[in-house]
Amino acid sequence: MATIAGTLAQPTQSGVWSWITTVDHKRIGVLYGVTGFSFFLWGGVLALLMRTQLAVPNGTVIESDRFSQLFTMHALTMIFLAIMPMGAGFFNYMIPLMIGARDVAFPRLNALSYWTFLGGAMILSLSFLFEAPGGGWFNYAPLSERPYSDGLGIDFYVVGLLTLGLSSLMAALNFAVTIINLRAPGMTMMRMPVFVWMTFVISILLILALPPLTVGLIQLLFDRQFGTHFFIATEGGDPLLWQHIFWIFGHPEVYILILPAMGIVSEVLPTFSRKPLFGYPAIVFSGIAIGVLSWVVWSHHMFTTGMGSVPRAVFAVNTMIIGVPTGIKVFNWLATLYGGSIRFTTAMYFAVAFIATFTIGGISGVMHASPPVDSQHQDTYFVVAHLHYVLFGGAIMGIFSGIYYWFPKMTGRFLGETLGRWHFWLLFIGMQMTFFPMHFLGIAGMPRRIYTYDDGLDWGFWNMFATIGSYVLAVSLLFFIWNFFRSMRREPSAPANPWDAPTLEWGTSSPPPEHDFDAIYTVRSREPLWYDRDHGIAAPVATGEHIHLPPPSYYPILIAIGITLLGVGALSHLAISALGGVIAFYGVWGWALEPTD
Amino acid sequence: MAHAPAVAHGGAHVTSTGTENRKLLMWIFLGSECLFFGSLIATYLVFKHQVIERGIGPFPIDVTIDGKVEHGIFDIPLTSTSTFVLLMSSVTMVLAVYGAHQHRLKMMKLGLLSTMLLGLVFLGFQVYEFRTFGHEGLNLTTNMFGATFFLLTGFHGTHVGVGVLYLGSLLAASFRRNGLGRETGEHVEIAGLYWHFVDIVWIVIFTVLYLIP
Repeated sequence: MATIAGTLAQPTQSGVWSWITTVDHKRIGVLYGVTGFSFFLWGGVLALLMRTQLAVPNGTVIESDRFSQLFTMHALTMIFLAIMPMGAGFFNYMIPLMIGARDVAFPRLNALSYWTFLGGAMILSLSFLFEAPGGGWFNYAPLSERPYSDGLGIDFYVVGLLTLGLSSLMAALNFAVTIINLRAPGMTMMRMPVFVWMTFVISILLILALPPLTVGLIQLLFDRQFGTHFFIATEGGDPLLWQHIFWIFGHPEVYILILPAMGIVSEVLPTFSRKPLFGYPAIVFSGIAIGVLSWVVWSHHMFTTGMGSVPRAVFAVNTMIIGVPTGIKVFNWLATLYGGSIRFTTAMYFAVAFIATFTIGGISGVMHASPPVDSQHQDTYFVVAHLHYVLFGGAIMGIFSGIYYWFPKMTGRFLGETLGRWHFWLLFIGMQMTFFPMHFLGIAGMPRRIYTYDDGLDWGFWNMFATIGSYVLAVSLLFFIWNFFRSMRREPSAPANPWDAPTLEWGTSSPPPEHDFDAIYTVRSREPLWYDRDHGIAAPVATGEHIHLPPPSYYPILIAIGITLLGVGALSHLAISALGGVIAFYGVWGWALEPTD
Repeated sequence: MAHAPAVAHGGAHVTSTGTENRKLLMWIFLGSECLFFGSLIATYLVFKHQVIERGIGPFPIDVTIDGKVEHGIFDIPLTSTSTFVLLMSSVTMVLAVYGAHQHRLKMMKLGLLSTMLLGLVFLGFQVYEFRTFGHEGLNLTTNMFGATFFLLTGFHGTHVGVGVLYLGSLLAASFRRNGLGRETGEHVEIAGLYWHFVDIVWIVIFTVLYLIP
């Protein structure tokens, strides 16, 4: 009986309502990507403000409290609202295509993740209208406690991150199940593209790392709202407990940010070297090893808290060990390039630059693994240089590589290669100019998070240099935006597989139809399209059987509005929370009773 | 058409592992929950001895301070009883799942109903315990024992409450004209996974908090 509704064909939808109610993984991927990129620009504006203030000694552009809010919000925006959602955008769009499926395992849950993310992002960002959090993204106690932070800022932080965590958890559960369960025939685990593998590792990391953060945030919430003393030493609590809880989440989080880029680069390099990825199993197992080891290194963020020498030694060794699988990956990427018939497209430029800049950041990371060295570097600009080499030179470079690589697949259009080169070179030079001098500043003793510095300290020259670099970076992004709009105005011209790439997402039209594949592929190799090409196997032909697509639903956005109002109520008036609870409850009921086939 | 095999639904019911998507989701979600309760239990253990050293009561167990014995606040026979009730709810849950798989719907409904009732009795015990502790001067702000204890057991109680609502929804849905739909067994089994997990967590909490001195 229930099958009758499913036999009706779905007309292709357009218009705002169709985007609000969409459960199509490709559209949700685009929503994630565009939202993430917008927040990337916003986070960049915050960074430019800080660089402007720091350009000269005794700068007067921004005063001290506002500066604290800027670096806190810059970090939160870039981590939770830019890099993670841009990664999620690629997961959404590409994972079902790459494993030869027609959608994710739970399409409506996917939509709910996005709308909840948007709600959390709004809560966090709109804090600027009231009072933005100013305790750093790590938000150490007791600064985060009353009476030291009495305003709403820290509450925005707590509620915003709880909402975003819920969204990430739902997305991660969805992707873990999708990757385990929806692979095309013949797509064994060891035939999956590396990007899929990395997404799988990230999903597991998120599923396990978010609960400790949730617990820490709830304890902080109780401290601030209900008078407990989890992190207040004078009342019997322990501020170091917050540091442990935060970094048990925080260090896996670092790998959650970088592994998508590693996955993207592992797709781009073989395609443009025209040879299979070198040492596929080594790269996969290195990725898994990084995921496992990321759980036993968190205290290297706390070398200066007086942990005692045994824990310091253990965490130092663990941290050095995690450099090994990372190094294995770097050598495998280089070996993939070696002897390849290389095409230097813009995507390839970004991928190669990723290897170089990420390695620089990785090496300064190994330096921090040594407690005595770290004690010198702690809270200086040297650490700022390190983390930006990994996150900007690593994660962002990888994401741009992915944008240039997959743009034809997602839009049917190519991004301009000439403008792409301008974008790449300005970004690359700007990035080195901005972040490399921070190594010098850090060694010269400039502390992080200071809003200004005195004239006689001799930090002026490199600070001005870095500020100029940050403006070059900003200009490079204008080239990208120009490139984007210029391409989007053109007629679609991309064939199904313009790069002659080996993975399944290139086995359907560009952009893919709503049902992804007319017929499901049977996978015979790690490089299915190359295998089929070389063995003269034609693409599978549609059998004409009805393809069932999940119908659009407005319950995801309704539930997300309910969840967001729950959070807003916690910041303002509990009546709003009650309203949110009612909306969410109604949404869950409607969701459960809504026919999906 | 009504008897068309499930395969016809765009492959929605054919999975690479053979495990149904929602069941796999629940298993992985429970993995996440382990870390959630693990963090709460770890916080409790961090402050366990420090509470006694600071000497601000009430304490969970008997403590001697300056030669004076302060009686512990835990009532182990009472909590053992509520633990037994919760354990029995797992038995009735198993019967509900069995009934659902065997299409013995009356057995399933009875099983769901008794599981819910036993869960509610457990929650009643918890409310009573919280009230008693409150009268004896223990609340969230008294000391770190109060804070960690109420947060941990409170979140466990919330999970039981959510479970009761979850089972209640299934029970309500089973009275609809179409029943629970084609996958009655799967639905109830997945709910069972959640319920047993919440039960197992309580066994850990009961052991760590109440039984280990």
